[in-house]
Amino acid sequence: MIALDPAANRPQFINVRVKRQDGPGQEPYWQLFKIDYEPELNVISILQRIAALGQTSDGKKVPPVVWDCGCLEEVCGSCTMQINGRVRQSCSALVDQLLKDNADEIVLEPMSKFPVLRDLLVDRRRLFKALEKVKAWVPVDSYYNMGPGERQLRAAQEQNYPLSQCMSCGCCVDACPQYNKIELERKKDETDEEFRKREEKAWDTAFVGPHAISQAMLFNNHPTGKSIAGERLDALIAPGGIQACGNAQNCVAVCPKEIPLTTSIARAGRATTIHTIKKWFEK
Amino acid sequence: MSNQRVVVVGGGLAGLASAMKLAELGVAVDLISLTPVKRSHSVCAQGGINSCNDQTRQLGDNEWKHFDDTVYGGDFLNHQPPVKEMAYWAPKVIELMDRLGVPFNRTGEGFLDRRRFGGTLYKRTAFAGATTGQQLLYALDEQVRRRESEGLIRKFEFWDFLGPIQDETGRCRGVVAQDMVSMEIRAFPADAAVVATGGCGLVYGRSTMSVFCTGSAASRCFQAGAKYANGEFIQVHPTAIPGSDKLRLMSESARGEGGRVWVPRKPHDSRAPRDIPASDRYYFLEERYPEYGNLVPRDIATREIFDICVNDGLSVDSERMCVYLDLTHIPKAELDRKLGGILEIYEKFQGVDPRIEPMRIFPAVHYSMGGLWADYVKSADGGLEAGAPANHMTNIEGLYAIGECDYHYHGANRLGANSLLSCIFTGLFTGPSIVNYIDNQSGGHADIDPATLSGAVSKQQERHDSLLTGNPGSDENPYLIHQELGDIMTRAATVVRRNDQLTDAIEKVNELHDRAMKVNLSDTGSWSNQNVIFAKSLQDMFPIAKSILGGALRRDECRGAHFKPDFEKPSLTAEDPAERRKQAEEWCDAFEKNNDKYLKSTIADYDNASMQPQFSYEDVDTSLQPPRPRLYGLVGADIIEEVWKERAEAKKQQPQMASS
Repeated sequence: MIALDPAANRPQFINVRVKRQDGPGQEPYWQLFKIDYEPELNVISILQRIAALGQTSDGKKVPPVVWDCGCLEEVCGSCTMQINGRVRQSCSALVDQLLKDNADEIVLEPMSKFPVLRDLLVDRRRLFKALEKVKAWVPVDSYYNMGPGERQLRAAQEQNYPLSQCMSCGCCVDACPQYNKIELERKKDETDEEFRKREEKAWDTAFVGPHAISQAMLFNNHPTGKSIAGERLDALIAPGGIQACGNAQNCVAVCPKEIPLTTSIARAGRATTIHTIKKWFEK
Repeated sequence: MSNQRVVVVGGGLAGLASAMKLAELGVAVDLISLTPVKRSHSVCAQGGINSCNDQTRQLGDNEWKHFDDTVYGGDFLNHQPPVKEMAYWAPKVIELMDRLGVPFNRTGEGFLDRRRFGGTLYKRTAFAGATTGQQLLYALDEQVRRRESEGLIRKFEFWDFLGPIQDETGRCRGVVAQDMVSMEIRAFPADAAVVATGGCGLVYGRSTMSVFCTGSAASRCFQAGAKYANGEFIQVHPTAIPGSDKLRLMSESARGEGGRVWVPRKPHDSRAPRDIPASDRYYFLEERYPEYGNLVPRDIATREIFDICVNDGLSVDSERMCVYLDLTHIPKAELDRKLGGILEIYEKFQGVDPRIEPMRIFPAVHYSMGGLWADYVKSADGGLEAGAPANHMTNIEGLYAIGECDYHYHGANRLGANSLLSCIFTGLFTGPSIVNYIDNQSGGHADIDPATLSGAVSKQQERHDSLLTGNPGSDENPYLIHQELGDIMTRAATVVRRNDQLTDAIEKVNELHDRAMKVNLSDTGSWSNQNVIFAKSLQDMFPIAKSILGGALRRDECRGAHFKPDFEKPSLTAEDPAERRKQAEEWCDAFEKNNDKYLKSTIADYDNASMQPQFSYEDVDTSLQPPRPRLYGLVGADIIEEVWKERAEAKKQQPQMASS
C-alpha cells in the first residue's frame, strides 16, 4: 500500500450546498458556499462559518442559514437535518468523514417530514405531541416526599435505560416510509387556537412514530408507569398507532442513539394484540 | 381553582421543577424557553447527583457532612443556610426523582448504585449511566407535559425572554418575550416571574455549555436593576475534549469510577501510551494529593493540569495542550454500564476508543458559580424558612432566580454532582414561597395597568427595530465580535488571573462593547431572524463579561476557582519544627487577615448610562461552620491545621469575646 501524505490530500476549500427556504409554503432554492478547509470541523462549525462569512461562493451577500442546534454533543436532539441525503445530527457529522465519502461537496437539507419554518429549521411540535398521546410519564400522586421508588433489578434498569436515552431528534420518523409530512395552511378566518386544534387533530390520526411507541414500552415496563399501561396500549391501537408501522426498519438504522426501536415495536405489537383480545373477552 | 399566574423563564432542571411544583400547588404557569424544554442544557450534565445515603451513613456520613464538604469545597464563599437546607433535602430529591422514573443505575440487589465524586471521601453520587442530567431532565419534562395536557401549564418554546415588566413601584408584573419564529413581541402578565436560565459560558466563546447559555436572560434582569453577584467565580472543568465549535465535557465520573490522570515523565514522549511503563508515567494528581488523588475539587485539578502543560512543559501533545485521562485498566463491561454515554461522545467526536486508548483532555469553562443575587430567610435551625416569600427573590420584588443563574450554593467553587441537586432543589423549594408571596399581594396579573404592559413591549420593539435598521454604514459583524470577546475572556479570566491582564481585558471589552452596539445585520427580515436574536444576546453578554472582569480585578486573593498567583499563600518551607510552627502561625494570621477583607460576595449593580457595573461587597453568612483554611494538598498542611484547630478551640472558649 502506498502511504499518502495526509497534509497533501487536504483540500483547500469545502463546498457546501444548502437548500434554503424563506418561509413556510415558499419555494426552496439552493445556495453554494465555499469555506476554507480546517481539520476537525463538523457541520455545526461549517454553518457558524457561513453565518460569519455572510456570502455565497460567488460573493453574493446573503443572510445566515437558519438552523437549530443546542448541546453540540448529540444529547439534545436539536440539530437534526439531512446531510448528503441522510438524516442525522449535524454536530456529530464530521467534515473529514463526509469528505472521504464525497470530496466534492457537502449537501445540507432540512428534515423531510416536518414543515420547514425557514432554511434548515423545521417545526417538530408533532414529535412531542406524540409523547402526550402515549402518556409517556410516570403517573405519580404528588411531588411531595413519599420515600423512595420501588426497588428495581439491574436487568430492568439495563432494559429501560437505552429507551430512556431517546432525545426526540426525529431521525427515526424522518426515515420512516409510513410517517408522512403534515403541513396545514392556516385559513383566513381561523384563530390561533382553532388552527392549533386542527393541527393536533391531523397529527392525532396520523402515524405516531417509532419513538413514541418505544416510549410507551419504556413506561409500561416501569413499576408505577405500568399502572396506566392499558391507556397507552389503547393509544397504540387507535388510528395512527402500531398498525401503521410497515416494518421497514429504517428507524433503527438511523437512530443516533442506537435505541432498539424495532424491538420496542415488536413488544408493542405483542402487547397490543393481547390487550385487544382481553378487551374483547371483557366486553 | 386558584387565580394565581406565574411565568417561568427557562426549561432546564430548575425551571421544569419550578413549573411542575407550582402547577401542583394550583398555580397557572406560562413556561418560556428559547429551545424545546427537552433540549435544555441540563441534558449535558453527565456524572450524577449527590446526597448522603444509607450506605454512606453507615460509614459516618450525614447531611451535615455533605453541607460541610460543599462549603469547604466552595472556599466558604457560600451563604451557609441555603447550602444546609439543600444538603438536608438532597436524599428526598433523589427519592422523588427515583419515583418519577429516572433509570438510575442499580446494585445487584436493586438499590440505587452510588459513585464517588470530587471533594468528598464518600460515595454520595447517584447516577444514570453517564447521562444523568439528561435522564433527570426527561423525568421533569414528562411531568410538565403531563400537567400541560391537563391544562395547568402553557409552554412557549422558541421564545426569547427580553426582560421583566416592572410597574411604577418597581415590582415585577410579568415578562416580555419574543417568538423566535414569527418575531412577535408580547407581554406575559403574571403575579410573579421566575428566571431559571442557567449559566453564561458563551461569554467565553467556546465552553462546555450549549449554544443558548449566553447569560443574556440574567443580563437583561441585571440591566433592569437586579444585582449580579460573584460573577468572577467561573468554574473551569478539568477534563474536556477540545473542539473547534465546542469544548465537550468529559465527566468527573470518569475519575469517580477509577480513571487516572497522567502525563509521560519525558516531555512529548513519542511512544504510544500503552507502551509507556508505569515508571515513566507521572500520575501528578495522585502524587501531589495522596488523600483525594484524582478526585481533588475541580479548581485544583484544573490548575494542576494547566500547570503541568504550561509551566512544566509536560503536555502529551507538543502542538496542543492536553493530558491523558486513562480508563483502559477498567473492564469494558463495567465502563459501558457506568460511563457508556461519555465514552460514545469521545469515540464519535475523536474517532478513538477510550476503552483501548487513554483520552486526551484539557480544562474548559464549565459553570457559573455566580449569578443573580437572591435573598433568603434563615430559619431557627440554620436552614431556610420554608414558604418565606423572600426565598430566592432577587432585589426586584416578585422576580425570582433559581438554578445556575442565581449565586447561591456553590461559593467560590462547585463540587461535582451538586449542580443538578441545587437546580431541582431550588425549583421545588421555592414553589410555596412564590405562592405565599402572591397571596400577600393586593393587585394580581389581571389588573396590571395596560400602559405598563404596552410600555414594556414597545421598549423592546424599539430595540428590535433599531437593530434591524440602524447602523447601515457599519461593518461590525456580531459573530466576529463574539469570537473576539471569547478570546479576550478566555485569556484573561479563566484558570490564572493577573491584574495587568485583567486591566487590559477590561479596556478591550469596553471597546468591543461599543462596537457590539453598532453591529450591522446581514439579515434584516422579520421571519425566524436568528441574526438579530444573536445580536441582542451578544450585546447582553457585555454587562456580564464586565462584571466577571471587574470582580476578578478587585479580588486580590486566591479563593476557589479565582486564582491569582501574585496573591498565593506560600507553602511552609522550614524544616526546623519550631520555625515551621512559627511559619504556620504566620500563615494562619495571613489567612484570617485575608478573610476579613475578602470573605465577601462581590455585588454588581449595572449603571445603564455609563454601561458599567458598580461594585460593592456583602458579608457571607458563615454562622453554621466557621471558615477554615482549604488545605487539600499544601505542603505543611498538617501543622497549619494543628494551629488552626487550636485557634478555633480558643475562640470557642471565649464565646462572649468573639461575639462582642
